[in-house]
Amino acid sequence: MTQDLEVFRTETRAWLEANCPPSMRTPMTGEDDAVWGGRNYEFKNQEAKLWLERMGAKGWTAPTWPAEYGGGGLSADENRVLQSELKKIGARPALFSFGIWMLGPVLLEYANEEQKKEHLPKIVRGEIRWCQGYSEPGAGSDLAGLQTKCEDKGDHWLINGQKVWTSYANYADWCFCLVRTDTSVKHEGISFVLIDMTTKGVETRPIKLISGSSPFCETFFTDVKAPKHQMVGRLNGGWEIAKRLLMYERTNISGFGSNTRVDVVDLAKKHVGVEGGALEDRDLRARIASHKMTERAYALSVQRAQEEAKAGGNVSHMASMFKVAGATLNQDRCELMVEAAGNRALGWSGEGFSADDIATTRGWLRSKGNSIEGGTTEINLNVVAKRVLGLRDTQ
Amino acid sequence: MTFTLNDDQRMLKDTARDFFREQAPVTRLRKQRDEKKNGRDPDLWREIAGLGLAGVIIPEEYGGAGLGYVALGAVLEESGRTLVASPLHSSALAGASALLLAGTDAQKREWLPKVASGEVIATIAIDEGAHHAPGKSKVKFEGGKLTGAKQYVADGHVADLIIVAGGDALYLVKADAAGVKRRELVTADSRGAADITFEGAAAEKMNGGADVIDAILDRARIGLAAEMVGSASEAFEITSEYLKTRRQFGQVIGGFQALQHRAAKLFTDMELTRSCVLAALDALDRNANNIAEYASLAKARASETVHLASNEMVQLHGGIGMTDEHDAGLYLKRARVTEALYGGASFHRDRYASLLGF
Repeated sequence: MTQDLEVFRTETRAWLEANCPPSMRTPMTGEDDAVWGGRNYEFKNQEAKLWLERMGAKGWTAPTWPAEYGGGGLSADENRVLQSELKKIGARPALFSFGIWMLGPVLLEYANEEQKKEHLPKIVRGEIRWCQGYSEPGAGSDLAGLQTKCEDKGDHWLINGQKVWTSYANYADWCFCLVRTDTSVKHEGISFVLIDMTTKGVETRPIKLISGSSPFCETFFTDVKAPKHQMVGRLNGGWEIAKRLLMYERTNISGFGSNTRVDVVDLAKKHVGVEGGALEDRDLRARIASHKMTERAYALSVQRAQEEAKAGGNVSHMASMFKVAGATLNQDRCELMVEAAGNRALGWSGEGFSADDIATTRGWLRSKGNSIEGGTTEINLNVVAKRVLGLRDTQ
Repeated sequence: MTFTLNDDQRMLKDTARDFFREQAPVTRLRKQRDEKKNGRDPDLWREIAGLGLAGVIIPEEYGGAGLGYVALGAVLEESGRTLVASPLHSSALAGASALLLAGTDAQKREWLPKVASGEVIATIAIDEGAHHAPGKSKVKFEGGKLTGAKQYVADGHVADLIIVAGGDALYLVKADAAGVKRRELVTADSRGAADITFEGAAAEKMNGGADVIDAILDRARIGLAAEMVGSASEAFEITSEYLKTRRQFGQVIGGFQALQHRAAKLFTDMELTRSCVLAALDALDRNANNIAEYASLAKARASETVHLASNEMVQLHGGIGMTDEHDAGLYLKRARVTEALYGGASFHRDRYASLLGF
């Protein structure tokens, strides 16, 4: 077994050596370097395109998915080897994808064979970019209060309503969407539907955030017709799928939009000054040290959860805990970076500030979303209290 | 690196857990305290040693079990759960580590088997002021005689063998040697300790300098952090049960979101700290090259966590948490002692920053 893994490591290393283009082995310079794929995606450079094509063909954008659906078919151990080899050469992720992080895992679990065959391979190859139609103006933390109407019209579903905070809906090809199929009940009246964003009646409008960027949209559905086979799972059975998908989402949200190229310690050394090897501002130094400890504790805990999962323990309930801890950690880091950089992190644009300075400012503002998106910190603390600790509302 | 116990370690942990729950629950500490034993419970120590728990990290050639730090950490965690008052940490971990790392062959041969059997209680004497400062020592050693003064030596009042850190050297002193003066301290955690003065006491120099003192201290810190995680976990679980049963306003108070969120945050903090402590114990067993980092990480985080857990235990129990009758106070008092021993959160934050180069 270990020997097989070593063979796999050798082969993987050789393949990466031959197939990972040079520019894909350099650190990403910002969010713009993230490759999201999709029908209309414009690659910043040809090597990024090549890297995605090669990784997609191997199924290594989704290494552990079954090969019959385009995935890599790797075992957890093989995947660990692959990830460590990718890390070793500093390879950029070939694909950023909600399809891989969120939709794929639930399709594998809940979709019928036809749906899996139709959608999974395109996700793996980055051909279709997905967005998430969950929140609505009247259904934020109380997600199950969603009202987007989906009516059975015999040969199709008819969908009317509005979604909000749809990440990158303006670039997405398809949307996985929660809709109301029964108004007489709450959780049991929700279904999970896949909608082609080019369908007549779908409209998106970007929302400008405090960071200046527009990663989210409002999405409007007006008399949108979706073929009947585009419902995943049973009619009114969408809430279970919705929750499962949230679990994957929460595991994946950690530090979106932050300037991870620059380490807070380096930043502080540069701007605060060092005396006898220690940062001159002792108060800031202690807080950075505390943050660095939490960062290490978080990384160790993720590693521990993976080990426990591998040993057969059920760690799915930990997703909310990691979401809370990860969001807090990233926000603390961003705040410390802004503090450490002083007025260098208070620029907005123009030549007076470096690209890294601006990234620090914008990343800090973007990080405010970390404790809101994918379930607020408050909602996730509710989940930990109720599901993990067994504290109940009524007794 | 691994976070999971192997079969031997798991078995030892279960043995310790069962024993402490049955023979040394918190009521035993309470009884010791009420009888003014100040941590003295030779019967309990004999039983603990009889289970082989005093020799967990001591190699078999010296009469121990040679099971390593992860195993001893698991035992200490269980002892922390019921606030077991015994020299387990001082002798089986700190004292034994000092002998293993700094003992000459002769010293190891003479003392390790006795420490492993529990016949001899060893401890380490480090600090000379109100705060942990291993680098500052006025201890002098001349012609085989030791002079100096140590404060708040853990289990110093019951120890037979004292390993004294003297800035850049270590000395082995028998507690009954002429010139060793002990002032027994009655401490908040009811465990007792001692201020010890050495007035030309006969002492043997051990091997190693400041780096070895650091290495010994790191083992003591990591082991103590394991005990602290145990105490924090138990404090949390007792509190959590209370939230599920205490009724006010016609419902259990665990139904109130303000309390749910506090509990959830504390739980998250505890889980993160537990990962650090498990990683630190594992780092000792695989002799990693960054043990110092792990030690400061584990001790700082465990200090913060047990601080929070013990405070929340009092507050969330309301009035009853303020009473001597309830165990919350015992957890609170022991928490502060373990926080301060071998460096608290601020000492280790400072050290961690230095180790990371800022």
